[in-house]
Amino acid sequence: MEGARPEAVIETRGLRRVFKSRGRQVEAVAGVDLDVRRGEIFGFLGPNGAGKTTTLRMLSTLLAPSGGTARVAGCDLATQPGKIRERIGYVGQAGGADREITGRTELVFQGRLYGMPTAAAQKRAAELIVMLELDGAADRKVGTYSGGQKRRLDIGLGLVHDPELLFLDEPTTGLDPQSRARVWEEVRKMHDRGTTVFLTTHYLDEADALCDRVAIIDYGKIVAEGTPEELKRAIAGDVVTFTVAGEQQRALDLVKDQDFVREARLENGSVHLYVDRGEVAMPAILRLLDGASLQLMTVELHRPSLDDVFLRQTGRSLRETAA
Amino acid sequence: MKLIRDTWLVFGRYFGLFIHNPVWVALGVLQPVLYLVLFAPLLRPIAAMRGFPPGGAYNVFVPGLLVQLGMFGAAGVGFSLIAELRMGVIERLRVTPVSRVALLFGRALRDMFSIVLQSLILILIALPFGLSIHPLGIVVVLALIGLIGLLTASIGYAVALAVKSEDSYAPIVFTSALPILLLSGVLLPMSIAPQWLQNIAAINPLLYAVDAARHVFNDNLGDPSVLKGVVILVVLSVVAVVIGARQFGRAVA
Ligand SMILES: Nc1ncnc2c1ncn2[C@@H]1O[C@H](COP(=O)(O)OP(=O)(O)OP(=O)(O)O)[C@@H](O)[C@H]1O
Ligand SMILES: [Mg+2]
Repeated sequence: MEGARPEAVIETRGLRRVFKSRGRQVEAVAGVDLDVRRGEIFGFLGPNGAGKTTTLRMLSTLLAPSGGTARVAGCDLATQPGKIRERIGYVGQAGGADREITGRTELVFQGRLYGMPTAAAQKRAAELIVMLELDGAADRKVGTYSGGQKRRLDIGLGLVHDPELLFLDEPTTGLDPQSRARVWEEVRKMHDRGTTVFLTTHYLDEADALCDRVAIIDYGKIVAEGTPEELKRAIAGDVVTFTVAGEQQRALDLVKDQDFVREARLENGSVHLYVDRGEVAMPAILRLLDGASLQLMTVELHRPSLDDVFLRQTGRSLRETAA
Repeated sequence: MKLIRDTWLVFGRYFGLFIHNPVWVALGVLQPVLYLVLFAPLLRPIAAMRGFPPGGAYNVFVPGLLVQLGMFGAAGVGFSLIAELRMGVIERLRVTPVSRVALLFGRALRDMFSIVLQSLILILIALPFGLSIHPLGIVVVLALIGLIGLLTASIGYAVALAVKSEDSYAPIVFTSALPILLLSGVLLPMSIAPQWLQNIAAINPLLYAVDAARHVFNDNLGDPSVLKGVVILVVLSVVAVVIGARQFGRAVA
């Protein structure tokens, strides 16, 4: 359609959603502008209740927005929800397979829902079973699956019709590291086939390792957006984290006005310093603390992670807020 | 065309769930048998009482049993839907291009089917005990009971989608079913009720269904109340299906 840049698969402007419950209004999504490009893995990162699922449900036509506009897979969300449904796949936080039905039956039925004739749906189901290594489980009831098998089946259900855009809501939450790695692998395979993947996650390392670009959402608003590298670079320099015996506040006051410190804050009972160059800052910090007779307990120097990005943008640590 | 295909597809899914569950199938057959075995012995002495309406005990009570079966057989359908809501099945179905009407209608048809089957079993078992009914009467009565099932199931699904929890669903459905049943004349004829109660009962669609079923069992197929009962149920069922489908589609457009 004219107007939309061809490479934008998702384009939202001022997308909002208000929930009313017991007379109180909750603005779960408070004006979100997103641009997701064709073929990328886009990560939507935020703590519990940030508005990730609500945004995803709006973009996949499950929930009517309270305001704003969105184009998804080349179609207008408000006027062409039917067309969007044909082009996207959606794997919800709870999955979507019935425990009482076998995985194969679910996959075939899903294909039929997308209009495939029975034979084609069966063929596609068999393909996906091989691809997702569900051979041993496919003809058992879903209720008997392991967590990882269940999640792979859920993803398979979203892939039956080979959508150009796939939404994954927390695809690896609750999985063991091995199953998590398997899901990552599947996501990368989809990416290689040219599918655009929009996923939500609590995990910074996941966003960092998997995503081409990331948006961080907090209280319904985007607080940062870019490639993981860009976001980290925006912080620039290095991060020094240390604790001292006794009062952290004194240590903070001591170092925060030094030239080499760009920003300093107290977080989780330790001092976080954003510095230009860690190797210059470290000896200086040690000298200062020594001079004030403050005993250093722990000290860490690291490149900024997405956690630091989150901390800088929201003033809170992601790990601390995520349940 | 798509609506018919999708409805058939959804019906097939839920019919398969039903047929592959031996407990359900066994209970489905057992229920009408229980109704008769536990209830019929009570009929004999009552039928012998003075002033008992003509037509034999079974012809008087079986219509009421069938109406109850139609209603309570479908009143619990919301529980399975709430379980599916929790598993994310409903969201998954709603994201596909499948027709929203089919999502409701296909499932409700399955419920209707099982109720019609149970009713048929009940009628067939009652026949050797002295129930007498014209074959065409069986067809009409099954249509009536099937419609009651379709109507009740559609309402049940709409309520389940609205409240989303068993804790709210159970009291809502069963509390509202009780007055509807009491005021339908299933248990005792409404003609013996005081006028004010009759006035309230007059807005109860089930009253007309019971009335129609009674006439069918009295070999009065041509009675206007039969057609009236069917028309009322058809109209209400259509309304209920549309409302239920709306609930399924309560997303964008
Ligand atoms: N149907 C609803 N009715 C009322 N409030 C809701 C509803 N759905 C979500 N909310 C509220 O909207 C806010 C955002 O919820 P959302 O599910 O989008 O968060 P999330 O980022 O997906 O969180 P999580 O990481 O826990 O999945 C929360 O405060 C939540 O309680
Ligand atoms: Mg969520």
